[in-house]
Amino acid sequence: MSRLFATIILLTNIYLNSAWAAIESHSFPSITQEKTYHELVEELRCLVCQNQNLSASNSGLAKDLRQQTYNMVLAGKSKQQITQYMTERYGDFVLYNPPVKQSTLILWVGPFIILLIAGIVLLFNLKKSKQLLNTPIAPNEDQSE
Amino acid sequence: MIKRYMPILAFFVLSAFLAIGLTLKPKEVPSPLINKPAPALSLPQLFDTNKVVHTADMQGKVWLLNVWASWCRACRAEHSLLNRFSKERQTPIVGLNYKDSLFQAKKWLKQLGNPYSIIAFDNKGNAGINWGVYGVPETFVIDKKGTIRYKQIGPMDDSALQNIILPLIQQLENES
Repeated sequence: MSRLFATIILLTNIYLNSAWAAIESHSFPSITQEKTYHELVEELRCLVCQNQNLSASNSGLAKDLRQQTYNMVLAGKSKQQITQYMTERYGDFVLYNPPVKQSTLILWVGPFIILLIAGIVLLFNLKKSKQLLNTPIAPNEDQSE
Repeated sequence: MIKRYMPILAFFVLSAFLAIGLTLKPKEVPSPLINKPAPALSLPQLFDTNKVVHTADMQGKVWLLNVWASWCRACRAEHSLLNRFSKERQTPIVGLNYKDSLFQAKKWLKQLGNPYSIIAFDNKGNAGINWGVYGVPETFVIDKKGTIRYKQIGPMDDSALQNIILPLIQQLENES
């Protein structure tokens, strides 16, 4: 039993290690550049493993795009310039924070519409339960008068 | 009365959404490069790395750019179709050998045949980034003016070839 437990812990460790291994060690001449790089690899999405950002993905493409991001940051490109470079090639899909456009409108407005519907349903139900409270439950029991 | 049918109604609405979801292909990300000028390509030739492949040389022709690699299994599946295409059609296929080794790539072509009129060797995958390549194989259709008109993500099959690519090539050939 304890051996099984130890194996599980060992395997989890290997798994976690490989997950962290995705980040290469880069050195930056300035802290702002380092910050820009880390913000970008968090916000840019990997196209191969679509639910991961560049920093979390182990795929070859993510590695190349991290390298490209690093090179561009070192070359003094701004965050906006690098984001534009990526969207010109891979589309808005590459952004985890997509711009408000006609095609992404439902993404931005959808949750508020659902919230509105939920609010209306809630109000409706509250009103109904209030009415129920005001009506006597069993009128024939009310004989005090 | 309505309340009684609520769960079944909700079930059908949910089913409808899930059914739509099943027909979508989230792996196929639409390329922003469609109807944009094809990115310039200037890479060594696979068979003679001293020579350079320029996309500018293709101006005035309708051509295909096929991204492939010897490590890519789906490319193997697509290859016989490309071989057939190059025998039957005049349209040149430019190969973009993506993140491969010279040795492996040449061995692969020797084994399976070479449908390409010329092959660019993109060892680092930089040209791949410029073309927005994210899944090999990919095939681009480029018109006479050098504009990308279509991108096939993943291997071409007979239905994609017959229904989309061949009619498009026909149409582009007729454009001036």
